[in-house]
Amino acid sequence: MSGSHETGWRGWLRRGWRILRRPARHWSLGFLTVGGFVAGIVFWGGFNTAVELTNTETFCIGCHEMRDNVYQELRRTVHYSNRSGVRATCPDCHVPHDWTDKIARKMQASKELWGKIFGSIDTREKFLAKRRELAEHEWARLKANDSLECRNCHDFRYMDYTQQSPRARERHSTALASGEKTCIDCHKGIAHELPDMAGVEGF
Amino acid sequence: MKRLHRSILAAVVLVGSAWALAQGALSWGIRGAVPVPETHPAPEWPRVEESATRRARDYPMQPPTIPHKIDNYQVDLNAHKCMSCHSRRRVEESGAPMVSVTHYMDRDGNFLAEVSPRRYFCTQCHVVQHLARPPVDNDFKDVGALITEAADRP
Repeated sequence: MSGSHETGWRGWLRRGWRILRRPARHWSLGFLTVGGFVAGIVFWGGFNTAVELTNTETFCIGCHEMRDNVYQELRRTVHYSNRSGVRATCPDCHVPHDWTDKIARKMQASKELWGKIFGSIDTREKFLAKRRELAEHEWARLKANDSLECRNCHDFRYMDYTQQSPRARERHSTALASGEKTCIDCHKGIAHELPDMAGVEGF
Repeated sequence: MKRLHRSILAAVVLVGSAWALAQGALSWGIRGAVPVPETHPAPEWPRVEESATRRARDYPMQPPTIPHKIDNYQVDLNAHKCMSCHSRRRVEESGAPMVSVTHYMDRDGNFLAEVSPRRYFCTQCHVVQHLARPPVDNDFKDVGALITEAADRP
């Protein structure tokens, strides 16, 4: 069963497997354990740091597609500038906060890299033409997760109806309270301009 | 003689108005008592009425006021935020008053399926109400009050 006569990818695979199975000849168990532990911290930490780096507004508006379109629109809304100075950045609403969901969203975002490379929205005109499609993705995502990213800050359990306007009180105490509607059903276009809304429910 | 009268009158008016100005007796109007070359301090930003109850109209043709905030409501070619509650199709769910039937008519009186383009921009006629003291007093009386007054007069 010597591997010298084996060729091709199967041979490589078999040799690799044998190395993995064999006990270490030169390195002590302590070194391997501690080294593996340290390497794990470095790799894991590095990975998360890199992910967090892509989870900042600075990163998002590093590309002109985001900086010149959606970011400019956000700046005119209450989620950017308001009386108390608490504001939402891009990832607060567009990236799930839980790790698993976040990684899933980051994997989806590889499509956005593709779009960046091939310039699918690299002009204002292209962006406007695609706005409805892009908005629909976000509406669908928020509808599916019951507006999770809204609720990370706006928790229904702590809403004080007496502080709300009569209109808001009426809607929130009925449709939202019963779970019949979720935030995005009514609050479309609060942070960015709306696309052509022909045929969208509620318009 | 007539000329002398006129000059005296002009002099009196001139001196009188100069005195009135110096006393600050003349109204500065909405601008307030700040000389023209100086910058006026910005007045406080009044809050917008948020009652969601209807307000009586001062005359039958008056466009009703908007009793709620409309900050950042998008009204353009793409979306009409107002109509997402006030349109014919939406009032059942929203409970908002439907825009009047005249908004669905073109200028020749033909009825349209959707709101008429000439009525598209609500804030041309309908405005929010600020919770501010009117800078100028207003003694407007609506037609009902006038009729009552006329009837009371002997």
